[in-house]
Amino acid sequence: MATYKVLIVEDSPTMRQLIVFALKRLRGLQIVEANDGVDGLKKLSTEKFDLILTDINMPIMDGLKLVSLVRNDPGYKDVPIVIITTEGANEDRERALALGANEYITKPIQTTKILESARRLLNLPG
Amino acid sequence: MNEDEHRRASSRAEEFLQVFKKGAEFTQELLKENERLRFQVLKLQEERKKGVPVGSDNEIIAKLQKRIEELEKEKAEILDRIKEVEAENLDFANRYVDIENENNMLANLYIASYQLHSTLDFNEVLQIILEIIINLIGGEQFAVMLLDEKTNTLRAVASEGFEKEELPVVSLGDGIIGTMAKTGENYFVDELESYQKDLHSPMVCIPLKIKEHVIGVIVIYSLLEQKSRFAEVDYELFTLLAGHAATAIFSSKLYSESERKLTTIQGFIDLMTK
Repeated sequence: MATYKVLIVEDSPTMRQLIVFALKRLRGLQIVEANDGVDGLKKLSTEKFDLILTDINMPIMDGLKLVSLVRNDPGYKDVPIVIITTEGANEDRERALALGANEYITKPIQTTKILESARRLLNLPG
Repeated sequence: MNEDEHRRASSRAEEFLQVFKKGAEFTQELLKENERLRFQVLKLQEERKKGVPVGSDNEIIAKLQKRIEELEKEKAEILDRIKEVEAENLDFANRYVDIENENNMLANLYIASYQLHSTLDFNEVLQIILEIIINLIGGEQFAVMLLDEKTNTLRAVASEGFEKEELPVVSLGDGIIGTMAKTGENYFVDELESYQKDLHSPMVCIPLKIKEHVIGVIVIYSLLEQKSRFAEVDYELFTLLAGHAATAIFSSKLYSESERKLTTIQGFIDLMTK
């Protein structure tokens, strides 16, 4: 079975663990965690990932900046990115999608939505 | 002589003609019989190929009708079985959805309780409580208030969406917050949609209890924009917070105090031995 590497960029340990817990239900995933945008960028420079889930509101570097940097990198211009945030407004959704995010998940997090997004973006069977 | 001869010839011709006609008729009859026999042979050959036992037409029809009845009965049984299986399938699908939801709920509860007890640092515990309320419940403006047993007042120790100093100090038994802290009961505003923020009257008030002993409350004043109502899992999380958050806070305070005393004693011992 093919192994997919997923990067989770989130400053909240609780949120990170929730996402990891949800994704562990999908077989064939290798999950890497990052504490913030800078940590995420560092990990992206050393490893190749198939999917990125990132929060927006983070210290040092926010998720939108990270998405922008990732999309400008030739090696990562096509990798699926899911943004997670507290904001529910269409304005923020459009801003995130304009920067290159593929999908948008709002808090409070439901694990079913995380699984659906991961399955769809990685083309995994339902 | 000639007339007699003619008459004899004519009579003979008639006789001959009759004989010819009879022969023709006989030939036609033979041809028809041959065709009938040929058809019969073909039919028998077909029946032999089909394996149908040779019998009278009535017998064959009776057997076929009986076979049809058997097949109809079998069809009805199969259709009934299909209905049962489909109903069972639907039941399984519904149970699967229920189990999925239950699993998601348990996952949230597990992560929340795991995180709450992952540290003995008081400030970290408070931060984790805030994160649980934001990420798992969808709170926007809320606070954690702890009870000072010496003065019987509740004071905010952590908040989200506004400064904790904005929150008034509440006496035990006063208003919604004080009453819930005294009784240990959860409070939910009746009409979520029409709720107006009032620091003395929260949308939600959850006492933090160790057994029946209240050590504080969580008060919520607003939810995230995209969250319009409480889900079932939210009530489970509130119940969990009431128990686990209370023990986590209590443990971390005890740990902090004991650490402080240990440091004091260690300093004193160092001073004595110098």
